[in-house]
Amino acid sequence: MTNDEIRTVVLRVLRRIAPEADPAALDPDADLRDQLDIDSMDFLNFVLGLHEALGVEIPERDYPQMSSLDACVGYLAARQPVARAS
Amino acid sequence: MAEYRLPSLGADMDEATLVEWKIGPGDAVAKGQVVALVETSKSVMDIEFFESGVIEEILVPVGETVAVGAPIARYRAAARVGVAVPAAVAAPPAAPSPFTPAQPVAATAEVVAAVAPTEAVRVPVRYRRIHPPVRHLAERLGIDLAGVTGTGPGGTILKADVRAAAARREAPTVARVGRVSPRARRLALEHGIDLSAAVGSGPDGAITSEDVERLIAGPAALEAEPAGPSAAAPAPAPEVGPPGVEADAQRAAARRLAMRLSIAELMARSKREIPHYYLDIQVDMTRSLTWLEAENLERPMPKRLLPAVLLIKAVALAVHDVPEMNGLWVDGRFQPSEAVHTGIAISLREGGLIAPAIHDADRKTLDELMVALRDLVTRTRSGILHRTEMTDPTITVTNLGDQGVDAVYGVIYPPQVALVGFGRIAERPWAEGGMVGARRVLTATLSADHRASDGHRGGVFLAAIDRRLQEPDKL
Repeated sequence: MTNDEIRTVVLRVLRRIAPEADPAALDPDADLRDQLDIDSMDFLNFVLGLHEALGVEIPERDYPQMSSLDACVGYLAARQPVARAS
Repeated sequence: MAEYRLPSLGADMDEATLVEWKIGPGDAVAKGQVVALVETSKSVMDIEFFESGVIEEILVPVGETVAVGAPIARYRAAARVGVAVPAAVAAPPAAPSPFTPAQPVAATAEVVAAVAPTEAVRVPVRYRRIHPPVRHLAERLGIDLAGVTGTGPGGTILKADVRAAAARREAPTVARVGRVSPRARRLALEHGIDLSAAVGSGPDGAITSEDVERLIAGPAALEAEPAGPSAAAPAPAPEVGPPGVEADAQRAAARRLAMRLSIAELMARSKREIPHYYLDIQVDMTRSLTWLEAENLERPMPKRLLPAVLLIKAVALAVHDVPEMNGLWVDGRFQPSEAVHTGIAISLREGGLIAPAIHDADRKTLDELMVALRDLVTRTRSGILHRTEMTDPTITVTNLGDQGVDAVYGVIYPPQVALVGFGRIAERPWAEGGMVGARRVLTATLSADHRASDGHRGGVFLAAIDRRLQEPDKL
């Protein structure tokens, strides 16, 4: 997946958690939890949604790396499971 | 033929709007079966049936609003074919009979919906159970309860009975609170108009939007000729609202306002009636969090646990040490609850707060609590709650740690007697054994009803919660 595709997935999962948020208005560099009203249950649902969509394992100790939209995309891009050769 | 009445929906909810019927005439229904969806100012919820039977007639169509306790369907009870139920609000019979509830009245202050055929009897006041919310309404409207016929089970007086008495006193036609047009209701909500004592000028005493507009315009307008809208009131708009996005936004705004007014009334009542005392304690969360981190490393992502479930479980178990924290203050005394149904304060995304219950929290494993919590939060914010989730909390927990708050000194939800608050987990200096280090600490608070418990017991309760959080593997 390209970074843009990953970004689309991240925004889609975010939309489910914060339906009132406008993705276009998000500052990709700023902390997500500051911009959106997200609590620990929301954040867990967020990483679970990403895990389901992209197959990436996100251990709790890596949560601080998922701070902004750009940071999320970078983290996920680096850890995409390698596609199996058919 | 028996009547199924709208069951209690929570201590402060006295009416609801029918959203959907799940059964119809001719359908067999079983005890516990969900038969309809109703909407209150707080949420949409499932309501269930109380015994086996066959539905004969639906009395309230979708979109209509009715009071708690009002009959909404007629049915034939499975074991009681052929027993007749006289209509409610009838003339009193020859001799009063002592109050015998149709089934044991729940520990809550609300009226249990009728399950067995009952008669409307005029019971001497001292035998009748008069619930505080009903008493308060009667005081507010200036109604003498001795003169009110109760239409609830065993002759219990419902709020609807008090309102009917008030309406009869003021106008020859009986105004049924249930009969309010959707537009009238929306107007009333938007302008904060209380319809409980309003007199309707529509058919059968129904309250129309013109009636509400007159109330909005003020006392001068009330003197005006009721036949048509007064000059002061705005010109009547069509009964159907504008379609599309604007209507949705208006409905959402009206709903938010209704919820706000509900919360306002409940919180004001809490502060008026409950003598609160407040205690706090610092809890060292090192052991709990270390245990949790190790647990979560071993588990697949979907089975991850949040610290919140440790907190909820610790409270649910601590209640067994200090039962005066778990139960309801009803009829002037504390009624302890055997079961522990922890209310969870859940904030809604665009404002508003609901605190539905996780049932039997003390008996659930941490995994079960996690599933229940996630499900409850999802349904509270976007879906449908079950009626018993709104009526059954015996103690409430509020966790504002995610918002960065250090400690929360909350307002108790009547008729409960305690509220446990948790603030954020933060690294703080911690002195132990003469040494100072940094530990992850949270502030736990207790807001408690001084009628039900004293500070000493409150302190024992907080200490019990702390103790349990030091042994997370036993939670």
